[in-house]
Amino acid sequence: MSAIPWIILFTPLAAAAVILFLGRFSKLLSAGLAIGSAAVGCVLSWWLFAQPDPGETARFYWLDFGEALRIPIGVTVDHLSKVMLVVVTTIATLVFTYSVGYMKTEEGYWRYFAGLSLFLFSMLGIVLADNFVMMFIFWELVGVSSYILIGHYFKKESAADAAKQAFIVNRIGDFGFMLGILLLWAATGTLMFSELTGRVAEFASNPIYLTVACVLVFCGTVGKSAQMPLHVWLPNSMEGPTPVSSLLHAATMVAAGVYMLARIFPILHAVPVALDVIAWVGGITCFAAALMATQQDDIKRILAYSTISQLGYMVLGVASATSADVPMFHLFTHAFFKCLLFLCAGSVIVGMHHEQNIWKMGALKNKMPFTFLAMVVGSLALSGCPLFSGYYSKDLIIEFAVVKYPFLGWLSVATAGLTAFYTFRLIFVVFLGKPKDDHAKHAQESPLVMLVPLACLALPAWVAGYGFVEKFFFHVEEPANVPHLLHPVLLVLFAAGVLSAFLLYRGADKDPVSIPFFANRLYIDNVYGWIVKNIQDGGATVLSWADRWIVDLLVVQVPSKLAWACGFVLRFLQVGNIQAYVFFFGAGVVGLLYFLIMR
Amino acid sequence: MPTLANYLIVSGLLFSIGLAGVLLRRNILIIFMGLELMLNAANLSLVAFSRFNLGQDGLPGYNAQVLVFFIITVAAAEVAVGLAIIVALYRMRQTTHVEDLDTLKF
Repeated sequence: MSAIPWIILFTPLAAAAVILFLGRFSKLLSAGLAIGSAAVGCVLSWWLFAQPDPGETARFYWLDFGEALRIPIGVTVDHLSKVMLVVVTTIATLVFTYSVGYMKTEEGYWRYFAGLSLFLFSMLGIVLADNFVMMFIFWELVGVSSYILIGHYFKKESAADAAKQAFIVNRIGDFGFMLGILLLWAATGTLMFSELTGRVAEFASNPIYLTVACVLVFCGTVGKSAQMPLHVWLPNSMEGPTPVSSLLHAATMVAAGVYMLARIFPILHAVPVALDVIAWVGGITCFAAALMATQQDDIKRILAYSTISQLGYMVLGVASATSADVPMFHLFTHAFFKCLLFLCAGSVIVGMHHEQNIWKMGALKNKMPFTFLAMVVGSLALSGCPLFSGYYSKDLIIEFAVVKYPFLGWLSVATAGLTAFYTFRLIFVVFLGKPKDDHAKHAQESPLVMLVPLACLALPAWVAGYGFVEKFFFHVEEPANVPHLLHPVLLVLFAAGVLSAFLLYRGADKDPVSIPFFANRLYIDNVYGWIVKNIQDGGATVLSWADRWIVDLLVVQVPSKLAWACGFVLRFLQVGNIQAYVFFFGAGVVGLLYFLIMR
Repeated sequence: MPTLANYLIVSGLLFSIGLAGVLLRRNILIIFMGLELMLNAANLSLVAFSRFNLGQDGLPGYNAQVLVFFIITVAAAEVAVGLAIIVALYRMRQTTHVEDLDTLKF
């Protein structure tokens, strides 16, 4: 029983290791091992979910410096981690299976599957971690494995750059995360999640310290879950293979930030100011990302911005809800429909021979009917159409947000309308209208190995928000005093979004609206480019000067030349005459004696 | 009756002669002999100290004399090694003149 979480955790790592060494000899072995390990994890996770919480589980001490600092490696098995395990392993199994079809003709097959398994291992480590240090270790492992996978086509410069950017931007957030962990540890003397909650309450007399610590911990989420202003890596990570994007966006990477917030939910709710910061970051991210999504031309980038927007909802939900189950519920439904959307996009991309520009597609409805259906289900769920999963979970967050933070709440209501607009813009341009490219004319439906995961995901994307599913996984209570106007407004906005997308994009050959401010992603990437180019390069120039003239010259060259000069002078003592040496020696002895005795 | 000072003066003279030989002579064998002379000057002063340092029973202190035996033994070994080196050197360079041996020079 107590070994089950460990088995779930380490099976993917073992698979990754074997694939790394033997995978190059057999495609079947690579894919089989990866899917097998994920499936084992999936079955065990569901089984574990059905078991009661075991309470204390075994842990061992990785570093032990006595009472002052003990760093354990242990697993938490509670309601939160069990739900997350189920989501992660289920999504992973489906995406791994889908990858077999998607990657069939791609190079680096074994490298890809080894990376996927490592990715799964890292994410499971975050889910199961029972203390901050262990979570941080796996947090970084997720960063590394995402680097490997986003840079899968590393011969393409943009892919290599995107991988680097994802890693570096995440590191910025992770640095704050680490500082936050250290501050919390310094204040409370413990790293265990289970002990932290109580100890933080004792420390409430110093709210500023706690606020700083919690906001720094939240920085980890800002990086990993792509919140403003560190969201730039997520759209660029679309350079990776599409199943990787799917995994990244649904279960294994961006969800980690929200999951971490849910894990420390009681701590955060002891610190109101930190919650305000979190709410504002989440709300602004949610709205701004939706604005950016409305003007993108790349099918995957549109979905990427929608992910950022939905993550903004979840973060806002963490700040405004009374229970961690509310954001987790949205994470849960989002995992299914976003994974579905990405896999559909992958199917479209394969059908279009790796063309990703939506303005070269069109009329794929007849060529790829199954993908079209799945995509419509995913889009309805994403845009919050009633009776689809996203409607229930997103509305819950919006309700809480409207009650606690009215401005951000109504901003997120407006975002819901935008979501419907950009999602159906995608549908109308890609699947309806007329084909705009030869590839679109000759597109073919994807193979069965890719369609089966779509079908498996379409069902939960549809029903995962229904009451019986929600009761099964979560315990959510609706907030009181929700404005009566809210639900009609949401419905109207949804209808208005779909309708305006229909009117604008029905049969359009090119984008009828052009808002460069949104298309250029609010110029945030440009600002970062400017910062890197001027400030960072300027700093690098100064440092390079200091390195050359201070370190190299003053610290290294000058002493070395000085030693050489001393040696040069002393070399003249080497006259080559034994008796002269004896004389020097004798003179030295006499001098030394004189110095010692007569001093 | 000679005093300790007489012995020490003789010992000092012997040491100076030996040092002068080491510093001034050019034949490596003579230098070697100078070295031996310096060792024996030290031996002489040790024996003299022993002779003039009588204990309460009227016997001299033997520590210095034992040390002299050690020095003689070590000197014998040193001579064997030193002469062997000189012979090897002569075979190689056909000279015992130190001014011809100046390879270790800047």
